[in-house]
Amino acid sequence: MKLVLRWFLIPILLLTSAVALAVEPDEVLSDPALEARARALSAELRCLVCQNQSIDDSNAPLARDLRILVRERIAAGDTDEQVKRFLVERYGSFVLLKPPFDARTLLLWLTPLVVLIGAGVFLVRYIRASGTVPAENSRALTKEEEEKLRALLAEEKFQKSAET
Amino acid sequence: MIVETGHFALVLALAVAVLQAILPAWGAHVRDERLMAVGPPAAVTQLVLVVGAFLALTYAYVVSDFSVENVYLNSHSAKPLLYRISGVWGNHEGSMLLWVLMLALFGAAVAVFGHRLPQTLRANVLAVQGAVAVAFMLFILLTSNPFSRLAPAPAEGLGLNPILQDPALAFHPPFLYAGYVGFSIAFAFAIAALIEGRVDAAWARWVRPWTLAAWMMLTLGISMGSWWAYYELGWGGWWFWDPVENASFMPWLAGTALLHSAVVMEKREALKIWTLLLAILTFSLSLMGAFLVRSGVLTSVHAFAVDPARGVFILGILVLFIGGALALFALRVGELRQGGLFAPISREGSLVLNNLLLTTACATVLVGTLYPLALEALTGDKISVGSPYFNMTFGPLMLPLLVALPFGPFLAWKRGDLVAAAQRLWLAAVTTLLVTMAVYAVVHRGPWLAPLGIALGVWVMTGSLAELASRSKLGQAPLPESWRRLKGLPRSAFGTAVAHFGVGMMVVGIIGTSAYQSERILVMKPGDQAEIAGYTLTFKGAAPQRGPNYREEVGVFEVTRDGQPVTSLMPSKRLYDAPPQPTTEAGIHVSWRGDLYAVLGDAQSNTEGGYAVRLYFNPLVRLIWLGAVVMFLGGLLSLSDRRLRVGAPKRARMQTSPMPAE
Repeated sequence: MKLVLRWFLIPILLLTSAVALAVEPDEVLSDPALEARARALSAELRCLVCQNQSIDDSNAPLARDLRILVRERIAAGDTDEQVKRFLVERYGSFVLLKPPFDARTLLLWLTPLVVLIGAGVFLVRYIRASGTVPAENSRALTKEEEEKLRALLAEEKFQKSAET
Repeated sequence: MIVETGHFALVLALAVAVLQAILPAWGAHVRDERLMAVGPPAAVTQLVLVVGAFLALTYAYVVSDFSVENVYLNSHSAKPLLYRISGVWGNHEGSMLLWVLMLALFGAAVAVFGHRLPQTLRANVLAVQGAVAVAFMLFILLTSNPFSRLAPAPAEGLGLNPILQDPALAFHPPFLYAGYVGFSIAFAFAIAALIEGRVDAAWARWVRPWTLAAWMMLTLGISMGSWWAYYELGWGGWWFWDPVENASFMPWLAGTALLHSAVVMEKREALKIWTLLLAILTFSLSLMGAFLVRSGVLTSVHAFAVDPARGVFILGILVLFIGGALALFALRVGELRQGGLFAPISREGSLVLNNLLLTTACATVLVGTLYPLALEALTGDKISVGSPYFNMTFGPLMLPLLVALPFGPFLAWKRGDLVAAAQRLWLAAVTTLLVTMAVYAVVHRGPWLAPLGIALGVWVMTGSLAELASRSKLGQAPLPESWRRLKGLPRSAFGTAVAHFGVGMMVVGIIGTSAYQSERILVMKPGDQAEIAGYTLTFKGAAPQRGPNYREEVGVFEVTRDGQPVTSLMPSKRLYDAPPQPTTEAGIHVSWRGDLYAVLGDAQSNTEGGYAVRLYFNPLVRLIWLGAVVMFLGGLLSLSDRRLRVGAPKRARMQTSPMPAE
C-alpha cells in the first residue's frame, strides 16, 4: 500500500522541485558540530507540505527554506529548544514530528503504556486464576467431596508416617 | 470486445459470490448437504471469472488500448512490457481488481485443498470468503470500474508514474495484497468457528498454514517496498513510519502475534478466545489499511470529505465486517471453553509475552497513525506524529521481546525451567558478549548504546542456532548421532529457528545502518576525489543518455579502496517522457560490510562541470532485507512440515500439491 503513497505524493514533491537531493551542498554549515545539530533537529521537523516527511528527507522548496532557517537560527546561537519554539510559534505544533506531551496528546503518549500495563495485569490475573482453579468443570467442591478429600489426605499422611 | 467480456465476467463473478455467500452458510445451518456442496464449485467458478476479468484488463494494457479510460490514464505505448503489465495494479481501480483476484485465489484454494475439513466448517468459511468478495466486487463495479471506455479514444496514454516503473515495485503490490487478503482466510475460519460455537485444537491446526502463508507474503511484500524506497527515493532511508507503511505493518504485527498464539491453541487448547479475536483483528487491520490508503483520508481529512464516495463505501465495508465479526464474537464468546493450564514460566507463558508485546506494539502504531486524523476531525487541531514518536515507543517494546525470544523455544509446555533454559543458552550468551566487546573495541563512533543493539540481534541469531544445537544434542552426543537427530527434527523446528535467525539478522542490519551510516554532501567537478568509509571516489563527469522511455544524465564515479580499483558507480537523474517527471537512480556498490551509495544531484551553475553529490556508506543494510527473506524461508520450511497436514492417510496426494492443505 506504500505504493499509493508514492503514487499520490511523490509527483507532488517532484513537480514542485527539480532537485533530487534533500540537503544541498550549499546549505551545509562549515562547523561540523553545528551542522550535526542542524541535521538532528531537521529530522524532527516536518516538511509542512509533505506527507509525514521530515525537512531533512524532503526535497520540496519549502523544506529547503526551513532547513536554511534552522541553520540560520543555530548559527545565530539559538539552542535546539529555541529553534523549535521559534518554528512552533510560526507554524504551530504541526511542524514537530514528535508531538509535545500536553492535554491534546495525552492519549497518544499514554496508550502504549496503558495497553501494556492493562493487558499485562489482565494476563497475570488470568494465568493465576487458571492456575488455581481447574479450567474444566470449575465448580467448588461439595461438602461431601471435601470430607472425602480430607479423609484421603489424612490416610496418605498416615501411610507416609508409617513408612518412615 | 475483450474488455467488455472482462467487465461481464466480473459481474458474473459477483453473482457467483453472492450465491457462495448465502447457500453454503444456509446449508450448514439447516444441515443440507446439497446446499453446502455449492461452496467449492462456486469458489472455483468465482476464481475463473475473476481471472478472466483480470486478464481482460491486462490485455487492454498490453496492447495499449487507450479507449479504456484506466489504460489511458495509467499507461503509455512506449513503456516496456513489464511496466505495461504492472501498470494494471499501479492504480486505484486495477489494484482493487488485484485485491479481488487474491481473494478469489485464496477462496478457491480452501475449496480445493480443504476437502478434509468438516463439512459445515468448510461451508461457513467459503460463505464468509464469498461475502468479503461480494463487498469488494460491488465496490469495484459501483465506484471504481476499471473497464469504462472513453469516446473518442485518445491516441496516446498519459503514462505510468515513472517512480513505479521499477522491478521491485512491479511485484510489491501482488505480494502485499496476497498477505492482506490471505488473512481473510483466518478471519473466515474465526467467523465460521463462532457461528458453529465450536473451536478446538484441530481448528488451530487448519488455520495455521493459511495464516503462515499470508504472513510470508506480507513479510516479503513489505520488505520489497522498503528495499525499493531505499534505492529509488535516493536518501538511503528504508523505513519512514509514514501512514501508508504503517497500514501494512499493523496487519503484519497482528498476524505475527496470531501465528504464535495459534501454536498455543493447537498444542495446548489454551488462548482459544484470544486467538479467535486476534484472527478477526488481523484481517480488520488489513481492511483498515485498505480504507486508509484508498479513501484519501491520509492526505487530509478534507480531501476525504470532498470526494467521499469511495471512502464511505470502504468505511461501510469496514463497519459491516469488523462490527459484525466483533458483535458475533461478543455474542458467542461465553460459550467457548478455555482449556490448558500453564505456569507463567512455560512455553505458553513465553508466547503470551510475545503476544502481549506485539499487540501493544500494534496498538501503538495504530494510535500513532490515526491520532492526527482523529484529532483533526474532532477538534480541528493539526499535529504530526512521525518517526521520532514511533522510535520512542515502538523501540522499547521490541527490546524485551528480543531479549526473551531465544528463551521461548527452550521452555517446556505447562511449566518451564528458566534456569535450565539459560544454561542451554550459555554459548549463545558468551558469543553475544564477545561480539559486543569486539564492536566496542573496533568501532569508536556512533551512539554508545549501538553495540548493545547489535548484541541484541546477535543474541537472537545465536539463540536460534542454540535451539537446533540443543535439540540435536550437539556437543553432548557423538557427531553422527547429532547429525542423525538434526535430520530427524521436524521441519517446523527448523522453520522456527530459521525465521528467528532472520529476525536477528534484521535487527543487526537496522542497528548497524542507523547507528553507523556515513554521509557526505558535496559539490564535485570532474577529476575531484572524495573519501568515505575507506573508499575513494573519483568523479569522471556526467553525460546524457537515452533510455526506452526516458532521457537521463549519468554520472560516473571510479571507486578505489587502498589504491585498488573496486568498481565504478553510475548514479543517474532521469526525466521520463510521459509523464515528464524526474527520478533519481542511485548508484550502489554492495559489499559484505555494507552498501556504498551515490546519488547525483543538480549541475551547479557556479562551478564549471560541478554537480551536487551525495555519498553514503550504509553498513550492514542488506541484512534488513536478507533477514526478511530468511524469515520468509523459515515460514516456507514450516509450511512444508507434514505435521501441519491433518489426516495423514491422504498424505501422499497432498505432497504433490503446491498449496498448504487445510
